[in-house]
Amino acid sequence: MTVNLAKGQAISLQKNDGGSLTAVRMGLGWKAAPRRGLFGSRTREIDLDASAVLFADKQSVDVVFFRHLVSDDGSVRHTGDNLVGGAGQGGDDEAVLVDLARVPVHVDQIVFTVNSFTGQTFQEVQNAFCRLVDETNGQELARYTLDGGGNFTAQIMAKVHRVGGGWTMTALGAPANGRTFQDLMPTILPLL
Amino acid sequence: MTAELVRGQNHPLSQVRLEIRISAGRPVVAAATLSDHNGKAQGTDGVAHPGAPVLPGLEVPRQAAAEHRLAVDLAAMPETVHRVNVLLALPTRAGGPTRFGAVAAPFVAVTGLDGTGIAGYTITGLDAESAVVAIELYRRQDAWKVRAVGQGYAGGLAALLTDQGLPQAQQLADGIQDAVAQGLARAVPAPPPRPADADRARPATASLPGADPAGQGAGGSATQGITGPGAQGATGPAGQGTVGPVPAPPYPPGEPQGTSGTQSPAGTPTGGPIDYRHPGRATSAPPPPAPTAPPAAPGQPAPPVAGDATGWSMDERLYNQVWGMFEDLARSTAAYRSAVDFADSRMEKELDQALSDPRNRIGGQGDAVREAAQDKHALLVDQARAAYDRDLAQLTAESDVVEPALPPAYARWDNPVWHGYRAPMEMPMAVRLGDLHLPESEPLRIPMLVRLPLERGLWIDSGPVPSLDDEYADSTESRHLAMVAAVALASRLLAVYPPGDFGVHVIDPAGAGARALAPLAGAGVLASGPAAGAAGVAEVLSRLTERVDLVQMALRGGAADALPPGLDTAQQLLVVNDFPHGFDDRAVTQLRYIADEGPAVGVHLLMVADREDASAYGPLLDPLWRSLLRLTPVPDDHLADPWIGHAWTFEPALVPAGSQVLERVLAEVARARREWNR
Repeated sequence: MTVNLAKGQAISLQKNDGGSLTAVRMGLGWKAAPRRGLFGSRTREIDLDASAVLFADKQSVDVVFFRHLVSDDGSVRHTGDNLVGGAGQGGDDEAVLVDLARVPVHVDQIVFTVNSFTGQTFQEVQNAFCRLVDETNGQELARYTLDGGGNFTAQIMAKVHRVGGGWTMTALGAPANGRTFQDLMPTILPLL
Repeated sequence: MTAELVRGQNHPLSQVRLEIRISAGRPVVAAATLSDHNGKAQGTDGVAHPGAPVLPGLEVPRQAAAEHRLAVDLAAMPETVHRVNVLLALPTRAGGPTRFGAVAAPFVAVTGLDGTGIAGYTITGLDAESAVVAIELYRRQDAWKVRAVGQGYAGGLAALLTDQGLPQAQQLADGIQDAVAQGLARAVPAPPPRPADADRARPATASLPGADPAGQGAGGSATQGITGPGAQGATGPAGQGTVGPVPAPPYPPGEPQGTSGTQSPAGTPTGGPIDYRHPGRATSAPPPPAPTAPPAAPGQPAPPVAGDATGWSMDERLYNQVWGMFEDLARSTAAYRSAVDFADSRMEKELDQALSDPRNRIGGQGDAVREAAQDKHALLVDQARAAYDRDLAQLTAESDVVEPALPPAYARWDNPVWHGYRAPMEMPMAVRLGDLHLPESEPLRIPMLVRLPLERGLWIDSGPVPSLDDEYADSTESRHLAMVAAVALASRLLAVYPPGDFGVHVIDPAGAGARALAPLAGAGVLASGPAAGAAGVAEVLSRLTERVDLVQMALRGGAADALPPGLDTAQQLLVVNDFPHGFDDRAVTQLRYIADEGPAVGVHLLMVADREDASAYGPLLDPLWRSLLRLTPVPDDHLADPWIGHAWTFEPALVPAGSQVLERVLAEVARARREWNR
């Protein structure tokens, strides 16, 4: 059962049957810009980028993004940069996989962000969404719709953080502006 | 002149004694039925098939094969026979494909007894059919003709025979398939598909950018990167293109060699159809499935199994598994280290804060704060260690099953596999140079595997060993240790290549390495040397330089077949001890040339040297040292992994003290060479 998250809403990643999640995937999908009829190569492509920032006690210790696809500890993996988007039919165009059991013990929060690398605001992007999937069975845990998201080029989607022995996801949905995750750091820090 | 027929087309036959050649990509059954002038089959007696292969004027093979020759003598056919139908069917009991759509289009040729082509027909457009009437030979006004039929039957042989008007077609079809199954059971099975050869010969890049953080200008102590499976894609295809047409150096004889069929020592079979499949893509048959772990008890990680990785052969799977363990250990250690670093820095910050707060200077309050900070630190470090120990336990269990399963090329010298050593038939994918470990991960050792053929030269550093104090013992002993490591490595390479495919040359100008070289020299497996004195150095270097020149010229000129016929096609390894002793300027230049250009044409370098000895050359030799992979005769942490850049401690693969395994293996190498006449 998919939950459509609202800003600030938290869902626990403890499973209903008591077991906790071991692997989750943050998927990002959007519809590619329509082809130009003539000189199609000059289509103004839309490049959205998904990133994950690992925090330990409000200090960022590692980042997984298109230039660093695997966190040093191997627990967070980016499946690769997509520069143009997809069909906009709900499939993931970029994904970040998190192996929660292998996240280093000092890392207590992982923040997922989306940036528009090519500078289009979310108003100009069609069918953009971001979702969290239980990687072990493919079930969608939460979904966010980005389009019509206003005059912003970035959004801080959600954070997955330790609570007790397990993990909880909180939807953040904070709009921001920036080309890559570095530009978002000032916006992220108050949200931790 | 062969007539290429299309479906339905006929062609007159000028001869009555014919051969019908059938070639298909897979084993097929060939049979023939005889019919009268109405096209009605002459009963079960009029069918030539593997169970009853001979009829008057006609003989078919007794078993399924990819290539068939049927002998036909039309003059010997009874007068009542007006039509001979040649059938093909897929063997149903062999577990192969069950539809012709899944195999290459069969080709049928009608030739005279001397092999001159009369007509040919490629049966195309088949899909779900598992039996087909390929061609028919028929009488027309006292002359024989051939017609391309190509009529397939999805119902298989039984449907085909029913259509020919044969009674009890089903029983007959079953009988034919039974006979074929018995024939197959007797036949020698086809060799398993070769692992991806293209991959194997692909030269890897130099170390990854960033994996070499210490830089290399500083010299011998710089950390060097290790390249692994992930680092090879980049220059692979280009390198492949360059080395493809060389007669042999980068490949052992007998392997598919891209374009140079004429140069293949094993020779391609003549007379067969041209194989249009990509030589580097083994698509014909999937490899046997990889061993998988048995299901785990709930809540427990699955017990590890050797070969639990992807790959076309066990060799490749173990290689990938070892590299997977290497990466996992690097990453787990990174997680542990970063957690501990974080705990340290947090405690420091908290202690600083406690100290700077004037309220804490009085009374026991400061101590309490300090204690709390230390407890927090200890808790986090304990948690990190627990997670790390969990990972280590899993990797250790995996190592415990993988190590015993390794083939000789990957195994330690104390592995029992070396005691049953036999000369191999093909080059392994990689070779073990030694072991790698990190201080936290003791006693877990990861085999350090590098791909073959070697992509860069090796340098065993005979410089002073920090652990040995005595100045005198230092120099002599460390040089001897380095030479022992070099001999163990050269012997390993000799042993894991097929006999005669790897030649070892030794330059030992002053004879200083004689003690260590004794096993190699004693077994008589050296291609040349140990060369002594300046003259010996010059002679060996000139020979190898000439070889590099020749192969390179042929390669660049695209004239691989212009090489002298006597040229040895084996890979060559040059072991240089005591550099630069006995080297003049010309010899140094030749050595650098071999180091730069040799690996691409199968000439490799193994230096045993102390860089200080060559300091007189100044920066001139820096590129040489940089191009070599530095190894040490004693444990030393100078190798970086390609993911995180940890400094790994390298230990060379050495023969255990007192073991005779090296002598035995070398004796077996020498014996196999004599047997193979190489």
